[in-house]
Amino acid sequence: MSALIGDLRVICGEANVYTDADRVRTYESDGLLQYAATPRAVVLPASGEQVQRVVAACARAQVPWVARGAGSGLSGGALPVQDGVLIALSRMRRVLEVDLPNQRVTVEPGVTNVAVSAAVGPSHFYPPDPSSQIVCSIGGNVAENSGGAHCFKYGFTTNYVTGLDVVLADGELVRLGGKELDLPGYDLLGAFVGSEGTLGVAISITLRVIPSPEAVKCMVAFFAAVDDAAEAVSAVVSAGVVPGAIEMMDALTIEASEHATHHGFPADAAAALIIELDGSAAECEARFDEVVALCQQHGATGVRIAADEAERALFWRARKAAFASMGRMASNYFVQDGVIPRTKLPAVLAEISELSERFGLRVGNVFHAGDGNLHPLVLYDGPGQAEQAEALSAEILAACVRAGGSITGEHGVGVDKKKSMPLMFSEPDLATFQRLRCAWDPAGLANPGKVMPTPRLCGEVPGPYRQHPLEAAGLAERM
Amino acid sequence: MSPTALPDAPGAQAPADREQAAALLADCSAAGHAVRLRGGGSKLSWGRTGAVPALELATSGLDRVVEHNEGDFTAVLEAGVPVAAAQERFAAVGQMLALDPPDGGATMGGLFATADSGPLRHRYGGPRDLIVGATVALSDGTLARSGGKVIKNVAGYDLAKLFTGAFGTLGLIVEVAVRLHPRPRGTVTVVAEADDAVAVAAAAALLAHSPLEMESLDVAWSAAGAGRVLARFGGLVAGEKAESALAVLHPHPVQARVQEDDDELWAVQRAGQRRPEGCVVRVSALPAQLAELMGLAQSLGGELVGRAALGVSWIALPALEPEQLEALRGRFAACVLLDGPPELRAALDPWGHEPSVLAERVRARFDPTTTCNAGLL
Repeated sequence: MSALIGDLRVICGEANVYTDADRVRTYESDGLLQYAATPRAVVLPASGEQVQRVVAACARAQVPWVARGAGSGLSGGALPVQDGVLIALSRMRRVLEVDLPNQRVTVEPGVTNVAVSAAVGPSHFYPPDPSSQIVCSIGGNVAENSGGAHCFKYGFTTNYVTGLDVVLADGELVRLGGKELDLPGYDLLGAFVGSEGTLGVAISITLRVIPSPEAVKCMVAFFAAVDDAAEAVSAVVSAGVVPGAIEMMDALTIEASEHATHHGFPADAAAALIIELDGSAAECEARFDEVVALCQQHGATGVRIAADEAERALFWRARKAAFASMGRMASNYFVQDGVIPRTKLPAVLAEISELSERFGLRVGNVFHAGDGNLHPLVLYDGPGQAEQAEALSAEILAACVRAGGSITGEHGVGVDKKKSMPLMFSEPDLATFQRLRCAWDPAGLANPGKVMPTPRLCGEVPGPYRQHPLEAAGLAERM
Repeated sequence: MSPTALPDAPGAQAPADREQAAALLADCSAAGHAVRLRGGGSKLSWGRTGAVPALELATSGLDRVVEHNEGDFTAVLEAGVPVAAAQERFAAVGQMLALDPPDGGATMGGLFATADSGPLRHRYGGPRDLIVGATVALSDGTLARSGGKVIKNVAGYDLAKLFTGAFGTLGLIVEVAVRLHPRPRGTVTVVAEADDAVAVAAAAALLAHSPLEMESLDVAWSAAGAGRVLARFGGLVAGEKAESALAVLHPHPVQARVQEDDDELWAVQRAGQRRPEGCVVRVSALPAQLAELMGLAQSLGGELVGRAALGVSWIALPALEPEQLEALRGRFAACVLLDGPPELRAALDPWGHEPSVLAERVRARFDPTTTCNAGLL
C-alpha cells in the first residue's frame, strides 16, 4: 500500500494525495451520512491522463477504488471502500469543447450540472436538473443516471450522453459513442450510464444540448386532499399535455419549506402541484389554460400563476428546498426514492399515510408526480427512533415495488439499497447483471460493494488461484 | 405444448413461450449448434454475412401484449408482437410507441434488436430511449429481466439498452417494456424546397436551433439535386407553430409552404430508408456535415433522407462499389451498409467497424458459446 501511495504522489503531486487521518476523514461519507468508511488515501487528479495512471497503479496493487464527483449522492454510491483509494474528481472542471452548431458540449467529470447549461446558454440548455444541480457534478450524474424535475418531458442523463472516454479498472482507456449517433457496435454507453461507478470512471463526457424554450409558464395549484392532486396529475397527462415539470408537495413539506423560503402558499392546503409548461409561446399559452381548467375540475382550491421570473424562481426554491428545510421539522430524516406507476399515486400515498400512523412517525411527501417518482421524507428525532424510521422507509419501498414500481428512480442503489435489490430482481436477474460487471472489471476493483446485494467475484480468473483482497477481507465469496 | 416446427424451414422452430425459447437456446448451446434469431424477417439480411445457421428460432409464438397500462403510458409486449399490431392497439386510445422506422412486418423484438428508427426520433429519441425494461433469454437457458415497467428507474444495470441494437448477439429479447406517448392531434408539415444543398442544410439548421418544438425534422435530397426540409408540428397549435417556422425561414433562399394533409410526405421519408433491391448506407455524421453529405450522395447517384438535427442519414442507391463506401467512410464517423446485394456484403464489412476488445468481452460473458446470431454485429 505504501508503494501505491508513493506512486499516487508521483502521478498527482505530493499536495494532491491525502493520507493524514484528519483530511481523509472529511471524505468518509457522501451525501448519505449514515454510512462512513475511511479510505487509506484520497487522490485528486488534475487530468484524465492522471486518472488513468492512478487507476492503473491501483490495478497493479490490486487496491479497490471509488471515484467521486461532488459526493452529493443520496445512496452511498460514492462511499469509500475502507482502506481503499478515493479518487476525487473535483479538480477536473474544464469545459473542453462547446460545439453549438452540432448541439454538443464536452466537459470533464468535475464540472457541475449548472455549469453545463451556463456553457451553452442562453441559446441552448442541458435539461437534466437534479435538485442538487448547483453542486453536483456531471461525472456523478453519469454514474447515477440523474433525473430531476424536468425529466418527465425531457428525459434523463442517459438520453443526453452521446460520448464518453472511460478508464476501465485495468487502466485501459476506451471511447464509448462520440458526438455522432448510431455508431456501430453495442450500446456500451447506455450500459455505462447509471452503472454507479462500478464499470470504470468517465474522464471526458460529451452531452447533447437543446435549444432553450421560447416561453415558460409556471403555476401552483392547491388542493384540499392529496388524492385530488394525484387525480389532477393523471388528468393533465392523459389530456396529452407534456408539462416541463409537474411536482407535488404535501402539507408537511409545504409547511417546512415555508419556513425556509417564505413562499406564502396557503397553510391549510393538503397538497400543492407545481406545474410548469415550456416550449413555444403559442403552445404554452394554449395549454396553460387547459391545465388550469383541469386542476379546477379536480378540486383545486386555488391557483397561483407566476407573474414573472422572480415568482417562478420562488416556486422552484420552495420545491427544491424541501429536503433541506425538513431539518426545521425534525432533527433527522430519511429520504426515500421509490417509483410507482403514476396511476397508483392515490393508492400508494394512502398506504404511506397508514404506515406513518402505524409507526407514529411523520412522513413528508415531495415528488416528481409526472413520472411517479416519490421522495417520502421519514422524520424522526434522535438515534432512538432511527431504527423505526428506517423500517418505515423500507416498508414504503416495498409498497412501491408491489405497485409495479422501482426501488430507486434517480438516487441509485449505491450501498443503501443493495439489500432491496431482491425485491425487484430474481437471482438469475442479478447473476446476469454480474456478467456485465465481470466483462468490464473482472478483478472487481471499481467501486466494489455497491449495487449488487451480495458481492461476488467473477469466474475465469486466469492463472493459478490466489485469494482476492475482498475475499480476504470477508467482503465477497467466489461464485 | 411442444415447439412448433415451421413448415417452410425444416430447421426452424417457434417456441410457444419464453421458457421454451430459453430451453431451445440452452439445448443448442450444449450441442454446439449456432442459432439464427428471427422476428418478422424484415431486416434479416442486415449485419455481417456468415454461414447461415442450420437452426432458426422464430419469435412468432411469443405474441402476447402482456400489459397496456393506458393511464401510465406504458406497455409490456412479447418479442414476436408485430409492431403494426401494437401501434394499432395504442392508437385506439390516442397513444403511440414513438418509433416509426419503415415497417416491413417488423416485430417488437426485431425493432429493438436492430435499433431501427424513423422520423419521430427527432422529438422522442430512438429505441434505446423508449425501452424501460427487457426480459432476455441467454444461451445457457437463463431468463433474466432488467429495468422495470415504469418510465423512471435506475435500479440495476441498464441491460435493456445493451440488448437494444445488439442484433441478437448477446441473447434473445423475449419481452420489452416501453414508454408510450400521446399521439399528436392534427399534424401539419412545413416543406421548404431548394436545389442548393447549402441552402437546404442552412434552413434545416435554422429550424433545429429554433425553440419551435417539432415532432420530426427531416431533410431529403434527390439524385437529381433537388432537396427539401420537412418540419412536422402537432398538437393544439400546430398551425401557429408552422406559421412561426415559415417566418423563421422567410429570409432564406428556400420555397416554403405549409402542407396540412401530410402523412404521405412522411411515408416517403420512411420508405427512403430501405432499398431491398439496391443498397442503403446509414451515415452517422454531425449535423454541420449535412450539405457535404447531400453533395456526396448525389455524386454517387443516391437519394438521401435524414434527421437534420441528429446527423443520421440514409443514402439509397441502385448500386454501390466497395471503394465508394470506403471513400465515404473516410469522411464520416460511421457508414453502415444496411440493404445491399450478397456480393457487395461479401466484399466488405457492412459495419466498417471491428468490435472493440471490451465489446467482445461483453459478448463472451453473455453468450460464451457464441450460439446466438454469431458474428452478425
